[in-house]
Amino acid sequence: MSEGISKFEQLEIEKPEVKSRLESVGIELDPSKRAASFVQVDQETATASSFLESVEVMSIKDALEKYEWLEDYYWKIVDRNQDDYTREADSKDVNGYFIRSLPGKKVDIPVEACLYLKKAKSRQKVHNIIIAEEGSELNIISGCTSHPGVTSGMHLGISEFYVKKDAKLTFTMIHSWASDVEVRPRSAAVVEENGIFISNYVLMNPVKLVQMYPTAYVEKRGTAIFSSIIVALENSVVDSGTRAILKGEGSSAEIVSRTISKGGTVIARGHIAGEAPEVKGHLECRGLMLSEEGKILAIPELEAKYPNVDLSHEAAIGKIAEEEIFYLQSRGMSKDEAIAAIIRGFLEVDIKGIPEILKKEIDRAISMVEKDLF
Amino acid sequence: MKSKGDVLRVVNLGLKVDGKTVLQNVNLYIKEGETYALFGPNGSGKSSLLSAIIGNPTYRISSGRIIFKGQEVTPLPTDERIKLGMGIAFQTPPRVSGVKLIDVLRFCAKIGNRSEEEIYEFAKKLKLEDLLNRPVNQGFSGGEVKRSELLQLLLLNRDFVMFDEPDSGVDLENISLIGEIIREILQRDTEAEKRKKSGIIITHTGNILKYVDADYGVILYKGRIACVGNPEDILNEISKNGYEGCINRCLREFPNLNNLK
Ligand SMILES: Nc1ncnc2c1ncn2[C@@H]1O[C@H](COP(=O)(O)OP(=O)(O)OP(=O)(O)O)[C@@H](O)[C@H]1O
Ligand SMILES: [Mg+2]
Repeated sequence: MSEGISKFEQLEIEKPEVKSRLESVGIELDPSKRAASFVQVDQETATASSFLESVEVMSIKDALEKYEWLEDYYWKIVDRNQDDYTREADSKDVNGYFIRSLPGKKVDIPVEACLYLKKAKSRQKVHNIIIAEEGSELNIISGCTSHPGVTSGMHLGISEFYVKKDAKLTFTMIHSWASDVEVRPRSAAVVEENGIFISNYVLMNPVKLVQMYPTAYVEKRGTAIFSSIIVALENSVVDSGTRAILKGEGSSAEIVSRTISKGGTVIARGHIAGEAPEVKGHLECRGLMLSEEGKILAIPELEAKYPNVDLSHEAAIGKIAEEEIFYLQSRGMSKDEAIAAIIRGFLEVDIKGIPEILKKEIDRAISMVEKDLF
Repeated sequence: MKSKGDVLRVVNLGLKVDGKTVLQNVNLYIKEGETYALFGPNGSGKSSLLSAIIGNPTYRISSGRIIFKGQEVTPLPTDERIKLGMGIAFQTPPRVSGVKLIDVLRFCAKIGNRSEEEIYEFAKKLKLEDLLNRPVNQGFSGGEVKRSELLQLLLLNRDFVMFDEPDSGVDLENISLIGEIIREILQRDTEAEKRKKSGIIITHTGNILKYVDADYGVILYKGRIACVGNPEDILNEISKNGYEGCINRCLREFPNLNNLK
């Protein structure tokens, strides 16, 4: 830690508005509720501590120093030359987290990791590596947010996920940015034999731009489940896709998105490629338009490179049906209450296999901002 | 004995849907404690009449007025009519995606001043416990839809309640359950003078009337009230001589029907 005030103190966690921003993205900083905590403020590590032996948490810098073998995971499934943003992230001052559950260990309590943008107009560069070792179980809440009053900046995040044989990784990312922040995550995952990767994404606050297209490479009998809940408010552009490459026999993927435009633009992409026998994939994009402005574009793509595959998709975009509003009004709800109930129902995705505590965090993230929607 | 006032007055009601006249000159006055049975062939306008009374925005009235408890409700949105004391069980309610039955029931209970325990008690009585966490009407069977409508009404606890074909498509065992519930909602087991609740029951077969005695029967024919009388007599006459036969007889016996009230 540097002289003077530490990075952690700079967080000013005692301030209610800071606490509330952290809470809104699932960050508690309470050892009784978390298996480990990692907080990065701008480029520096503010805290990295694990409260359990079965899970390791440290900054990527420390991890690269500690483990030589990490080179085999670093820039291995995301291409450092993919685009200008990966190239920019591939810099000396990059930071990020390394989280790893040890073989055979099951950690129910979630690990929290927070990427915090403190300095206005700064460009935060992050490289994360997450490894669920063979037969282990790991739950992560990754909350990304900016300091109150910081309205502009850039977040570049590389994440490489490794779900080993028979392991299960649940990763829930909650974003809460500000109107002029640009966000470009670049993520990929390898799901080994019988592994399960459950990835959830929640974005409900204003943002200038989010652009991402995470990819999962799923091996033999592995499973990838992606769910996203995205709200694009006025002046926000969210271009968010998910890709699953089903490489191994009997592997499967499910991609579900619920998107709402209230004046903003959403591009909901999805791509499932079946490249091996007996694979199964389903894509579901549902969009709700809440205002005359804005746009939702759903682009589901299915690709078969093998005859024996079962791939399907459904996409539906619409506004709230008048008869549904009327029906709830006939039970005494005002029009606004009826609309609120329908939106809440729309955003409630029944995510399979997700622990109750993570479900609560998602519900809380939604309820903290949903009042702004009506 | 103190004479009771009108709970509902439908005065000269006219209704057009998509430019087509669905109701004309409908007059219907219902007093506190009274239950009306509403008959009429398919497409005669029965459901449309209830829609107008409850304030469904797709059924904007073209003429006339609806007065509820002495207040003109024609300009009021549906939820305010509910708060004044109306309730309705729909013939074919829509599926509301994502909104769970239990959430709607909690809302109904709040309005009807019912407790959380009562929600479960009534749900059990109506054999709907297993459906509480499903989105309303999503994948409900025909009979389940009817029972869920009644459950919502039980919890809403309103003074004037309309039932649109509560007995259609309901099996023999469930019909007695549904009958019992409607009888309870409309206080049919209470002495007539002390009854506070009133309502309208639409039925084709009249099966429900074996469980719930209605005070009057009315035929709606081609968008007009064509006959008022004893519900059993009307039902018998319809089954013997058809709607037209019944109406003709009505007209012979009450030539001034349109001036009756
Ligand atoms: N939303 C609507 N749009 C167009 N026409 C409608 C609409 N609702 C009702 N109608 C028409 O109004 C007429 C009366 O319909 P309504 O549903 O009131 O009949 P009903 O007496 O309830 O019939 P049933 O016994 O079959 O339920 C019918 O001709 C019907 O097609
Ligand atoms: Mg009808």
